[in-house]
This record gives sequence, structure tokens and C-alpha cells, in this order.
Amino acid sequence: MPIQVLMPALSPTMEKGNLAKWLKKEGETIKSGDVIAEIETDKATMEVEATDEGTLGKILVPEGTADVAVNTPIAVILADGEDASAAAAAPKAPPPAAKAAPAEAKSQAQSEDKEAHARAEAEEGKSKAPAAPQAVAEADPEVPAGTEMVTMTIREALRDAMAEEMRRDGDIFLMGEEVAEYQGAYKVSQGLLEEFGARRVIDTPITEHGFAGVGVGAAMAGLKPIVEFMTFNFAMQAIDQIINSAAKTLYMSGGQMGCSIVFRGPNGAAARVAAQHSQDYSAWYSQIPGLKVIAPYSAADYKGLLKAAIRDPNPVIFLENEILYGHTGPVPKLADYVLPIGKARIARAGSHVTLIAWSNGMTYALKAAEELAKEGIEAEVVDLRTLRPMDTESIVASVQKTGRAVVVEEGWQQSGVGAEVAARLMEHAFDYLDAPVARVSGKDVPMPYAANLEKLALPSVAEVVEAAKAVCYR
Amino acid sequence: MAAPKKSAAQAAGNGSRSLSPPEFTREQELHALRDMLLIRRFEEKAGQLYGMGAIGGFCHLYIGQEAIVVGMQMALKDGDQVITGYRDHGHMLACGMDAKGVMAELTGRRGGYSKGKGGSMHMFSMEKNFFGGHGIVGAQVSLGTGLAFANRYRGNDNVSLAYFGDGASNQGQVYESFNMAELWKLPVIYIIENNRYAMGTSVTRSSAQTDFSKRGVSFNIPGEQVDGMDVRAVKAAGDKAVKWCREGNGPFILEMQTYRYRGHSMSDPAKYRTREEVDKVRHDSDPIEQVRNRLLAAKVTEDELKKIDAGVREIVNAAADFAQNDPEPDVSELYTDIYR
Ligand SMILES: Cc1ncc(C[n+]2csc(CCOP(=O)(O)OP(=O)(O)O)c2C)c(N)n1
Ligand SMILES: [Mg+2]
Repeated sequence: MPIQVLMPALSPTMEKGNLAKWLKKEGETIKSGDVIAEIETDKATMEVEATDEGTLGKILVPEGTADVAVNTPIAVILADGEDASAAAAAPKAPPPAAKAAPAEAKSQAQSEDKEAHARAEAEEGKSKAPAAPQAVAEADPEVPAGTEMVTMTIREALRDAMAEEMRRDGDIFLMGEEVAEYQGAYKVSQGLLEEFGARRVIDTPITEHGFAGVGVGAAMAGLKPIVEFMTFNFAMQAIDQIINSAAKTLYMSGGQMGCSIVFRGPNGAAARVAAQHSQDYSAWYSQIPGLKVIAPYSAADYKGLLKAAIRDPNPVIFLENEILYGHTGPVPKLADYVLPIGKARIARAGSHVTLIAWSNGMTYALKAAEELAKEGIEAEVVDLRTLRPMDTESIVASVQKTGRAVVVEEGWQQSGVGAEVAARLMEHAFDYLDAPVARVSGKDVPMPYAANLEKLALPSVAEVVEAAKAVCYR
Repeated sequence: MAAPKKSAAQAAGNGSRSLSPPEFTREQELHALRDMLLIRRFEEKAGQLYGMGAIGGFCHLYIGQEAIVVGMQMALKDGDQVITGYRDHGHMLACGMDAKGVMAELTGRRGGYSKGKGGSMHMFSMEKNFFGGHGIVGAQVSLGTGLAFANRYRGNDNVSLAYFGDGASNQGQVYESFNMAELWKLPVIYIIENNRYAMGTSVTRSSAQTDFSKRGVSFNIPGEQVDGMDVRAVKAAGDKAVKWCREGNGPFILEMQTYRYRGHSMSDPAKYRTREEVDKVRHDSDPIEQVRNRLLAAKVTEDELKKIDAGVREIVNAAADFAQNDPEPDVSELYTDIYR
């Protein structure tokens, strides 16, 4: 069968090109791979290679022709034994299947108009994005009455969470800088090397991009790594592996290959270490579909949510806070205390204004609530705990009650998590809002070193009190 | 792991190159020919479908480099893993993935390996131990090292193959991975497909050390330069590297000297090299022609070879038909596979 050579598209955007030159003449033998013609596009001159073998039977578009549409037959290649007269019988190349069929003949146009219209509508229905699935968060598990509460530091809560999970599942291991022999740069992995050995508690070289990738690769092979970053500032070196490899692969593989991995470490402002070591990455990671992002405040939440993160089959960013590591709190003494990812917690009930925070932002929010109470304003404090998926329902429910909201975050305002919360309240609780949502955030500057400037760059209790009063018109 | 302690120099001698590769049996020659032809014809068809607008975006063809994946695959056993970059169609076919599923992914259809959500650069098969298909230059090197980490962690004797280009060899994470792999004695073979160009940049314009087999020297990783156009040389080097890794000696580097006949991707006018340069490689060292000529010299008839080609074309045509007629993914797939 003779084969038609079509005007090829040489780039995804090319619609037509000039047939600059024929490099083979009619009657010449052609092997696959031979350059047969040159085509000019607006960007470049490109060579057309034959993919079939035979003789160049007929040139249908002479050289020098301008604006030849993509997919126009430009020549016919004949197989052994076929002659040029067969060229006429060459089958038309099928139009690319995904494209709609070309318009019908004119005389039928009228009657087909309606049909075409209906078809177009159906097409449009098909091309409309379906509704995004809504995250449904479970409630926290019941802690049975009389359960002993153990007071521990957040550091210990994290260590216990990892140790319990590692005892349960041999596929879980911890890797990072100084996690093993040094017991953790912030002593979070204290005792883990002793209990689990060097096979499962692994000191890495200072090589964030590399070990993040090694972790993701191990997770793709079915292991469950916990990758510790000394701080999330250094995870910027690794952010490509986190986002492009960890977060996107499940989708890009059509659900075949995901990775169960936790990236954890201190995030946000530390004390007096200046701009490169003091940054909040909440907003960065919370933007990425495919990641879950957790940033707890209380010791119990640190424990229950880290255990959940390790068990989760998806990549989880677990944002800790250096300032909070030494803080203590009651943690229920239960064999298996696991909290649901994606559920906010009402840390303090109130009816006049809602303060929304997470991680160390909660410190300001809770103190501000106490101050406000002295002036007769009862603030409800919502601890988001998880930033992605965000518990919109809980925030909205609180604001429906109070009619006012203040978001507190250490990170920058622009494109921040606070901006996202404000947008969701506008979308889902507009009619309930009695004042615009206020944001108390880190100032729009790199973190300064000087003690006085650093203090000013961070949110303060006074700013939260002031914002809360402002939205209450007091 | 009880590993015999050998020095890198003992293993291979950096930069060394074995001279004449051991002969293949007739079965091996025929097998290599068929698999290389399948890749060649598949890629030619992909190029054609791209020209018709049925394949979109980037499409990086493997034509010219076929001997590498085919030869390496012949050195593997079940359970060994393969990972590569975006020039991945050949790797998938060599791993035994179905041509229809690969082609349908290129056209973005629901029957594609990634249900149409990944495209040419992102395909995977857990069943065939093919771990992608990655679009970020160099990322697969750390990921492949992680696959080897998992093998070592589990104490099995599987080896992972991480393929990357001469251009990718200049990425920082490659050396971060080399360091960890040797430090932890991970069973990974780093296969550098040196096709002389990274897009439009020739090796000599981008690389201070153009002998890529030496890129592991400062980590004590043995390396070897291999004639990547001779499938027998590839297989022999693969056997050696696989043995080294399986026995617990740590990583191995193979620089495969090869050439890509086509542009970097479909829209590359390839003005950075001459037509003569391409023609010379095609004429002098085409990997498929080499096998064909040896088979003909060994009295296999043209007819037999034609039959192999016809069989391969049939598979490729069926794949192309499927890829053009299979429906696009259902719109409901938009929000699936983001989390499990
Ligand atoms: C991190 C990154 N930088 C740049 C690119 C764009 N890019 C894609 S392929 C390529 C050239 C790579 O060449 P090489 O590693 O030699 O592989 P080859 O294409 O020759 O197979 C470049 C620069 C990319 N995909 N990822
Ligand atoms: Mg290259």
C-alpha cells in the first residue's frame, strides 16, 4: 500500500509551515531515517525524516510552497513493486482521533446546526471540571475517662511517636543529619539509635537534596522513611524532590506508585539566628496538591499527629517548632494515641471573636485570649493543626458563632496561610462576618538579627489583642 | 553485609574499556535485534504521531541508543529495578512493558500506563519494576539510589539501574548520591548515557571531565567506558557491574558512549551539529545494523530478518491504533490519584 507523507507538526503550537526544499526526487529510494525535506516554521528550519521505506512516488506539494497546513499530504511513498499510478489511491491519513470531525457539507448545515449545538453543549459538559472532592475529617478519638495524663516535652512526644511506630513496623526508618550518634541536632531522636540500631537510625552526610531523593526512592520501593531536616530552611535544597518527586508521582503514575514518607523538622522563627535560619514554610508546602501538611502546637497533638503522619500512605510535611520543643503538656497514656489528619481543634471556647492559629502562632493567640477575657471579650481559639487538607468546616462553624475572625501566623502575609483562611471565610461565611477578617503576621522583611528588630518582625500578643478588638469594633 | 573488600582500581580501573566483547549466541543476537527494532520502530511511529498532532508536549526519542537498554536488560534478573529520565520509551519497552500502554500514554489516553495523566516523560510499572520516567534532569539518580537503599535495607540481592545523560551528570545531586551510595555500599549501577549532547550543548562545552567513567573517582566508585552502540559490549559491561553490585561491593558507573540520531525533542532543529556527523554515526556504528550484519554473516537469511521486522511493525501499528482510538481519560479522573 502506498503511504502518504503528511506535513508534520514540529512543535505543539505549529499549525502551518513552509515547504522549503525537497532533498529527494521522485523515483528515489528511501530508507527510514533519510531526510526527505526541509520545513521552515516561524522558529526554525527543520528536517523531515522518512519513517517508511520504499520509493518517493509522487511529490504532492512542490518546494517553495508557503503556509502548508499541518497534516496536509505532501508526498507519497511507494512500497516495492508499486507504481506511481497507485499513488492516487493512497489512503488519507486518519485525522488525529481526539480532534472533532471537520464541518459537514453546506447543504446539510441547517438541519445539523441543532445537532451540532447539542453536541457542543455535551462537549462543554464533558470539559467542565468536576467539583473538587471535599476533605472530610474524622473527630479526635475518645480518650477514656480516667486515662492517665503524662506531662512531657514536645521533644519527648515526638521521640515517643517515632519509637512507637518503629516498634510496630520494621519498614519505618529515620534518616537525617545528626539523628543517630549525636541524638538529633535538637535532641529529638534521643535514644532511637540505641533501641533500633544503625540500620534504622541513619546519619546522613550534609546532603539535603540527595538524601531527600534517596528517601523518596526508598519510599517508592515501599519503605516508610522519616526524613529529618535539621531545620526546614535547609529543605529548600531538597524542595524539588519533595514537590516534583514525592508529591506528584502518585498522580503522574495514574495511582500506581505513591510514596509513604514523612519530612519533619523545625520550621519557622528560631531565636536570634537571622534571616536564613528563621523562616516559616507553612504557606510554601500547603499549596501543593499531593502533600499533607501538619503544624501542631500542643504536646499531645505532636504525638498523635506524628504517629498519624508516619502511618499515612502519602507524603507528609510535619512542621515542628524549635521554640516549642522544650514546652510541656499533658499527653494521654494510651497504647496507641493517633489523631486524625485534617481536623482543627477548639483550644478555647468563646463567643465574641475567633482567633485562628497553628504551631507557635497559638502561643500568641492563647495569651491574647486571656488578655481579651479581662476586658470582657471571650475569644474562641481554633488550632488548625493541619494546614492541608484544611479543616474549613471547623473555622466556618466558629465564625458562624462569633461573626469575627483574626488569623495569627509567624509567616509573611502575602500568599500566606492567613490569606487562605480569610479567603475561605469570605467564600463560606460571608453572611456571618460582622467585620473583615484581620491578619496578624510576620512583618514583610527578612528576619533581622538584632533583638529589638527581631521582636518587631514577629507577631505579638498586643497586636493580636488590638486586631481582635478592632474586628469587635472596641 | 559480608562484602569482599576490593579497591575501585582492582574492580575495573577507571576509564578502562574492554576491547572486543564476547560473542553472542544466535538466540541472543536475535533477541537483541528484535528488542532494538521494537524500540526503533516504536520511536519512529511516535515521531509520526507527533507530526500528526496526536502526541503533544515534549517527546524525546531514543533512536540510536537502543543497544544500551537492551544490552543492560539482558544482564538483569527478576526483581532488579530500573529508573530513568524523560527519554524513557526505550527503557520501558526493554523492561517488557506493553507497547500499547506506552503509546496510549503518549497520546494521553485512558489506556496509557498512567491513565493519560503522566505523558511521555512520566510512566511507571510496578509489575515490571520500572520506576519512571522522571522529568527533572538528575532527580532519578537520587531516586534510583533510594531504590538501592531499599534493597540493601531489606537484605535482598536486587540491583537498581539508574540511567541518566551526559548533561544530567553535572547535577549536584548526582554527586550527593554517589557519596551516599559508596558510603553505604548500595547496589546501584549508574548508567551514564553519553550521547554527546544535552539539548544543544555538547559534552565538551559543558563538562570539565569528559570521561564520565571517572566521575566517581573521588568517591572510589569504579567506572568503565563502554561502546554503547555494540549491544554485546553493553551486556558484558552490565554483567560485570551487576555482579559487583550483587556481591555487595557498592555502586558501579558505566559510561555508555552513544549517539542520538534525532533532535533533543521533536521541536529541536539540531543546528548545533552537522548532518554529516549524524550520518557518519548512522552509517558506521548503528547498533541495529551491527547485529543485522553479524546475523547475515552467520547465514541468517534476509527473509528471516524481514519477518522479525514485520512482527515488530505489527506490534507498533497495533499500539498506534490503540493509542489513537482509546478514549481520553474520563473527566472524573481529574481529582483521583492525588492521595491514597
Ligand atoms: C533540573 C532541570 N533542568 C533543566 C531541564 C530541561 N532539560 C530537559 S532535558 C535537558 C538536557 C539533558 O541532557 P542529557 O542529560 O545529556 O540527556 P539527553 O537528553 O541527552 O538524553 C534539559 C536541559 C530539566 N528538565 N530539568
Ligand atoms: Mg545527552
